[in-house]
Amino acid sequence: MSVGTPIDRIEGRLKVTGAADYASDRILDGMLYGVPVGSTIAAGRVLRVDATDALAVPGVVAVYDHTNIGTLHSHGSSSLKTGIVDEHRAPLSGDDVQYYGQYVALVVAQTLEAATEGAAFVHVTYAPGAVHNAPITTDEGERKVGSHRGNPDKAFAASAITVDQTYRTPVETHNPIELHATVAAWEGDSVTLYETSQAVVNHQRVLAQMLGVSLDKVRVFTHYLGSGFGGKLWPWAQSPLAAAAARRLGQPVKIVVTREQMFMNVGHRPQTVQRVRISADADGRLTSLQHDSTNHTNMLDDYDENCSEATTYFYSVPNLRVTSGLAKRNVGSPTSMRGPGAVPGLFATESALDELAVALNMDPLALRLRNVPQRDEGLDIPFTSCHVGECYELGAKKFGWQQRTAAVGSMQRDGMILGWGMAGCSWIADRLDCEVRVELNPDSARVFCATQDIGTGTYTMLAQIASDALGIPVGHISVSIGDSSLPPGPMSGGSMATASVIPPTIAACKDALHKRKSASAEETVVGYGRSDGTFGGEPKKSSHSFGAHFIEVTWQPEIARLRVRRVVTVIDGGRIINPKTARNQIEGAIVFGVGMALFEETRYDPRTAAPLNRNFADYVVASNADHPSMDVTFLDYPDYDLNPLGARGVGEIGLAGIAAAITSAVHHATGVRVRDLPVSIEDLLAP
Amino acid sequence: MTRVADVDEALHARQAAPAQYVAGGTTLIDLMRQDVERPERVIAINRLALRTIDAAAGGGLVLGALATNSEVAHHPRVRSEYRVLSEAILSGATTQIRNMATTAGNLLQRTRCIYFRDPHAACNKREPGSGCPAITGFNRNLAVLGTSDHCIATNPSDQNVALTALEATIEVRSAAGSRTIPIDKFYLLPADTPQRETSLQPGELIVAVTLPPMSGWRSHYLKLRDRQSYEFALASAAVAVQLDGSTIAGVRIALGGVGTIPWRAPAAEAALRGKTASRDAFREAAEIALRDARPQSDNGFKIELAKRCLTQALLEVTA
Repeated sequence: MSVGTPIDRIEGRLKVTGAADYASDRILDGMLYGVPVGSTIAAGRVLRVDATDALAVPGVVAVYDHTNIGTLHSHGSSSLKTGIVDEHRAPLSGDDVQYYGQYVALVVAQTLEAATEGAAFVHVTYAPGAVHNAPITTDEGERKVGSHRGNPDKAFAASAITVDQTYRTPVETHNPIELHATVAAWEGDSVTLYETSQAVVNHQRVLAQMLGVSLDKVRVFTHYLGSGFGGKLWPWAQSPLAAAAARRLGQPVKIVVTREQMFMNVGHRPQTVQRVRISADADGRLTSLQHDSTNHTNMLDDYDENCSEATTYFYSVPNLRVTSGLAKRNVGSPTSMRGPGAVPGLFATESALDELAVALNMDPLALRLRNVPQRDEGLDIPFTSCHVGECYELGAKKFGWQQRTAAVGSMQRDGMILGWGMAGCSWIADRLDCEVRVELNPDSARVFCATQDIGTGTYTMLAQIASDALGIPVGHISVSIGDSSLPPGPMSGGSMATASVIPPTIAACKDALHKRKSASAEETVVGYGRSDGTFGGEPKKSSHSFGAHFIEVTWQPEIARLRVRRVVTVIDGGRIINPKTARNQIEGAIVFGVGMALFEETRYDPRTAAPLNRNFADYVVASNADHPSMDVTFLDYPDYDLNPLGARGVGEIGLAGIAAAITSAVHHATGVRVRDLPVSIEDLLAP
Repeated sequence: MTRVADVDEALHARQAAPAQYVAGGTTLIDLMRQDVERPERVIAINRLALRTIDAAAGGGLVLGALATNSEVAHHPRVRSEYRVLSEAILSGATTQIRNMATTAGNLLQRTRCIYFRDPHAACNKREPGSGCPAITGFNRNLAVLGTSDHCIATNPSDQNVALTALEATIEVRSAAGSRTIPIDKFYLLPADTPQRETSLQPGELIVAVTLPPMSGWRSHYLKLRDRQSYEFALASAAVAVQLDGSTIAGVRIALGGVGTIPWRAPAAEAALRGKTASRDAFREAAEIALRDARPQSDNGFKIELAKRCLTQALLEVTA
């Protein structure tokens, strides 16, 4: 059995030797380089793009703007079938400017240097408009009721113990090391795109529409990804721009988005503001929960963060209502960032539970255990497999939670004040449509699927599944993914890829073994498998991953230094296909959570709406020195309702809840309740 | 770009036409890429024989202008006699950057003010007279000491704070000859000319930094910031003390992350001289050091943070 064993990544050697071909590594004959020019206003119109000086730069071959790019079609409504994109409007498709940094021109040149210099010489004249960038509020936008049960207003009013607080999370920017990139090459009326895509099939669908060609004329490759964190789920403007320029010029065009542009043009987690009203009886049983959230979106699109994703089922509570609204602002489109919805949402609701525990004078762990749901009360259906209570109890034991003394600042070690905090977490478990082809040779096999490996271990996991299904060692299995011409597979998003590929991979292997019986010994036989997704359907059972985090921070008030020292995390993520890559995901998510809780915030200038800290010096992420010690445990209960191996994805669950657990620990250490992330030094310096 | 082989050639090349010297390139190349610095010409001085670290007559140490930050920080005498400098350098940047960055280049490090580094924004330092959007904008990382109505940009260096506490001198050459600039005469307050950052004259080349002898002194650098590594200081303190038992016989204090220039605190030093080392005495000195601080909309916390930083640095160096 390979499934369940912690084998190394099968593509690891290629990556550490530099042999893995990432999109921006691609160099084609006659390839040109494109550099987009970003708007220096956030709202208004482009009056004139003067390319004269740019075209005079040696090596510059073309400058495009909205008057000469040719026809690019804006994308219609998003769906899994028609393709999903968050910025629907095609680049350079009008003279209006909706956000700072919006592409207003593209310089194409024989070298990157010439294109970069040319871009500095494109003179754009604007008619600036009024900039909408005021802070967002909880009652903003058309209010949408997401879920409702009982009478939360009445129950809240009748409760003696209540919490009514507002929480804020800032804009966070995806910063995978690999920048977004596109290399577009046409041959006749067909285009090949080398992309940084978490969803090659979706990318093909969207680009076919934007370019006005049929689906079979677009082929998308993403052999390897230097991660994406959701930022590479859907296509962004550099992709149709590169394809349009390549079509006009008859030569391949490469565009690599700069780190600065990563903060403007390829999505971000939107800022959220969330009011949570929660009440309990004297024993700590929840009597009501209301969660009203608003996220910002851009002026032309309707990105909905869905902060109440987990609110409706994660707590046993008879009276509940969740509402959401969107606030239009002059920013680029937000997009999914690792754990969209649940991650900011659980920061708010788990923080409110922590505050409720204080109000009840009750241990926050005991409060969680008292309100563990027995079924999905939002949908009123049973869970497929839910062991969140065990996550809490095992985590507490491993952490030593019973040693905790409740009073603020009451625990010390090595002259530092300790803060201990905890929170629960949850994330969806679903499948997407998936087809797989397996070619079986006498002593080896190859698995084909148009999914891709975001860096989490999809190559390896597919080889392990096929190895077991075929009875062939993992080393004899090769995996072909990251090519839209292969049998259509799932996006690497929503922690759904692993669960999605399991049924068709096993089916394709069985099909191949069956065909083997009627074939000669030397012959290669081909097996097929497909399975329908569960995502977006009407489930009979509720499938989710669960977990619990326990955090230790140290606090040195004499120098206002707060550090996260120790994290114990227990995850109920179904059967774990590969404990090594899975642990890597949870540990990475914990570090991501340290950044979310303590450091990350994209700051916008209040006047120009320009993102200000758009570089790695000023946008602070956790450094290696900020890594806490991490103790990660998987419960490993198979979820057989989800797929035959009982596996769920674990890419996102580890981030959910971390920020609330950290702010819980911060409160325990300092007495300061931070409801507006990130926790900053200024929050902790007593006035 | 011109590459030169010795100091005279460098000075001649600079005399011939306006140009900027470049050595490690960790500031200048970055800013050229950002379109912030636009030198017509650069003169590469990497090959000049200015990389050695030598004993100075009288017991001090001479750091060649091109000695890298790593070489200085790990030099045995710097580690033992000028610990504040070693600690300051190692608290900044990354190993890769410190391996390239030079002593003189660090002296001339430009501010990290976001508006200075955005060529589309106004900035009195970059384009005199264009205005200061930082004063009315986002200024969390900017200065509370030595500011003016025209500029509140912070000097970002750690090294220069330590050199200030050590009373280093800067040796420069020009076609006219040599001169020595004490570090407290090297940096200029922004006033109404924030584009002028140092007293270095056009055509002058820094050739060395001299550290005076520090026998009998202990020194220390404490840097506070959001994360544990690779971030500029929100507040830092470079301190050196001479103790006579528990009495403070001599003390030098410089603050970083809070000043438009590396900030010497002479009044705080005077208040401590002759006092017994204690938390109360140190806190009182810190209050004095920050008494003229002027907060902006986002950076008022730096005043209290700097006080705690200085108090703790003095406690640690006297412990």
